[in-house]
Amino acid sequence: MAAITFLEAIKQALFEEMAADPRVVLIGEDVGVYGGAFKTSEGLLEKFGWERVIDTPISESAIIGAACGMSYLGLRPVAEMQFIDFIACCFNQLTNFVAKGHYLWNAPAPIVVRGPSGGGVHGGPFHSANPEMYFLHTPGLKIVYPSTPYDAKGLLKASIRDNNPVLFFEHKFLYRRIKEEIPSGDYTVPLGKAVVRREGKHLTILSYAAMMHTSLEAAEALAQEGIEAEVIDLRTLLPLDEETMLQSVKKTNKCLVVHEDTKTGGIAGEIAAILGEKAFHDLDGPLVRVTSLDTPVPYAPTLEEAFLPNAKKVFAAAKELARF
Amino acid sequence: MPATETRAKTKLSRQQYLDLYYYMRLNREVEETMTKLFRQNKIVGGLYSSLGQEAISVGTAYALEKRDWIAPMIRNIGALLVKGVPPRDIFTQHMAKYTSPTKGKDGTSHFGDLDNLHIISPISMLGDLIPVMTGVAMAGRYLGQKIVAMTWIGDGGSSTGVFHEGLNLAASQKAALVLILENNLWAYSTPVRRQVPLENLADRAKAYGISSYIVDGNDAVAVYTTAKEAVERARAGEGPILIEAKTFRRRGHAQHDPAGYVPQEQREFWEKRDPITLYEKFLMDEKLLDAKGKKEIEDKLAALLDKEREFAENSPMPPPEFAAEGVYCTGPECHDLQPKWERDVKELLPPKSSVEPVWIVEGFGRGKSSSRENAPIHFGDTPQVPEKAEGEKPAASASPAVKRETKPATKAAMKKKSVAKSAARGKARR
Repeated sequence: MAAITFLEAIKQALFEEMAADPRVVLIGEDVGVYGGAFKTSEGLLEKFGWERVIDTPISESAIIGAACGMSYLGLRPVAEMQFIDFIACCFNQLTNFVAKGHYLWNAPAPIVVRGPSGGGVHGGPFHSANPEMYFLHTPGLKIVYPSTPYDAKGLLKASIRDNNPVLFFEHKFLYRRIKEEIPSGDYTVPLGKAVVRREGKHLTILSYAAMMHTSLEAAEALAQEGIEAEVIDLRTLLPLDEETMLQSVKKTNKCLVVHEDTKTGGIAGEIAAILGEKAFHDLDGPLVRVTSLDTPVPYAPTLEEAFLPNAKKVFAAAKELARF
Repeated sequence: MPATETRAKTKLSRQQYLDLYYYMRLNREVEETMTKLFRQNKIVGGLYSSLGQEAISVGTAYALEKRDWIAPMIRNIGALLVKGVPPRDIFTQHMAKYTSPTKGKDGTSHFGDLDNLHIISPISMLGDLIPVMTGVAMAGRYLGQKIVAMTWIGDGGSSTGVFHEGLNLAASQKAALVLILENNLWAYSTPVRRQVPLENLADRAKAYGISSYIVDGNDAVAVYTTAKEAVERARAGEGPILIEAKTFRRRGHAQHDPAGYVPQEQREFWEKRDPITLYEKFLMDEKLLDAKGKKEIEDKLAALLDKEREFAENSPMPPPEFAAEGVYCTGPECHDLQPKWERDVKELLPPKSSVEPVWIVEGFGRGKSSSRENAPIHFGDTPQVPEKAEGEKPAASASPAVKRETKPATKAAMKKKSVAKSAARGKARR
């Protein structure tokens, strides 16, 4: 069992699902000959051929439309956005066509829309986005945002096998930075289940994707000062695992949400509402948010650093909340 | 490339002639019934009319086989009826009844049937169906089903971005897509001449390197014959085909719209060209229909529609608690999604599956350099086009024939064959 990167985990999931199930096809820009902008589909064309690894024109709406049409005939297309920022170009196709099909006319669309997301790599305002919240407001979609290689592989496999459209966000900061030993055989990680990454009793930190690692780093520092933070990795944002969140808050009575998405309209607001509705009497302090600034993602390293949350900011906010 | 002339006059059987007549009449009667229901406040939302456009919906859909797929637009109730949708489904949809195909969750012709009739539901955002039907055609080819995907768009919808994205993807994939562009001269209140400076919207096909036809949309036989030829060509692997059907929207955008913006002369011109009146005259002249036969069809339609309307009117509204149900598929017990393979799965993998979606255009054109000389532009795998005298058309546009290369998927073999082909072509040209 060798340690593999997050990127390798994605690659393995795609390869294994395509090898096991001829219904699975890959469609997107430069996914074939080039193997994807981040090489997540390297080698798939040689193995599976032109009919299953489909290079398209630069047409995000057409990619999603075609993937949806293919799914209606029983296939399970995986559609790649070269950068997840470009998902904005197919917003209508996803939110009006794909997402509403099952509710309106009993037409499930088992497609996965995946792509590299997130900042911290100086990609600038159009290659660093976290657009998950545009879609969290769309009934009919599922949203997955893993933080570890094990989860990336297991959740991608589960997403491909799910009968609903799943948006699968791959944080590009994690692609080559995170390594983990994972089992060699087939496994899945269920959608809609959060996981406790670190146990603690003084406060709960809810996070996901790259910020999960930031939160763990902060939790280490907090422990040095005698504050035991419980860190929960949400993993799936839609549907949200309320049970795991509520259980933890019942124990710690304080909650901090850390996300890389911008603050206003970020998922922390939704979580605050859920806790307000269902855990009001468990809370001993305010719900605190550590998020990116309410601006586009700036390009210069100094600006991007100021824009993004980091372990220091999480540490400071958590310490204050613990003392509340 | 200019729009194609249909190759030969297709002869229809007597039954086919009468089928076209029956479905056009059914289309119109269904809509007339709904107009009455609308006046009686029994239709919950809007009502869109295809009055005067029945020959297009019916004639095109009638050219398809049962296995083929359609994605109709709001004015293609005729296509739904030809595909086998019972009128009660259309009535109950408009009346938001629990017995409707969407059980009251959507109205109008926004419904589909993936399992039996192969119908994909439209949405109100125009053009989205084009890439969806491209995907249907691609999946059909992958599964070995030899199906054709047909969808419709209006003159208005042909200006959307996704029209372009979809048709370009279909062209690059050589998908078996037949797109019917119903040019009814009006996008709501905006005339086509203020939407696009083209004489023929079929000219848009040229930009995608695909074939097109232009047909009189009020001539049922012409529409059917053209669609039939297009469907056969698409099924044979010739790629997507665009058919522009020229017609006129005789009612407003929807029931609420009196369409006062339409010039009186234009309306009068088209009133005289009613597709059903014209077709009926043709059938009578050709002795395919007489007064007795017409009466029989009318009686049959009346009996059917009375029954269907009664069913719809007596159907219940959906229970309120149903609003919260069905956003997600809950798994195999909800939908067991299995494709219909009509191809050996072994053929899916290389080297057996070796379809490379690359278009080889003879030559690659040329551009003017700053010294006004022609700068040849060459892609590297086709012979260069020799210089031609001024005034002569460049070869690329004079011979619009594009070929699809079928090559083995292994890189070495690809290279080898490509070189061999280029050489062979080069020789033939000399």
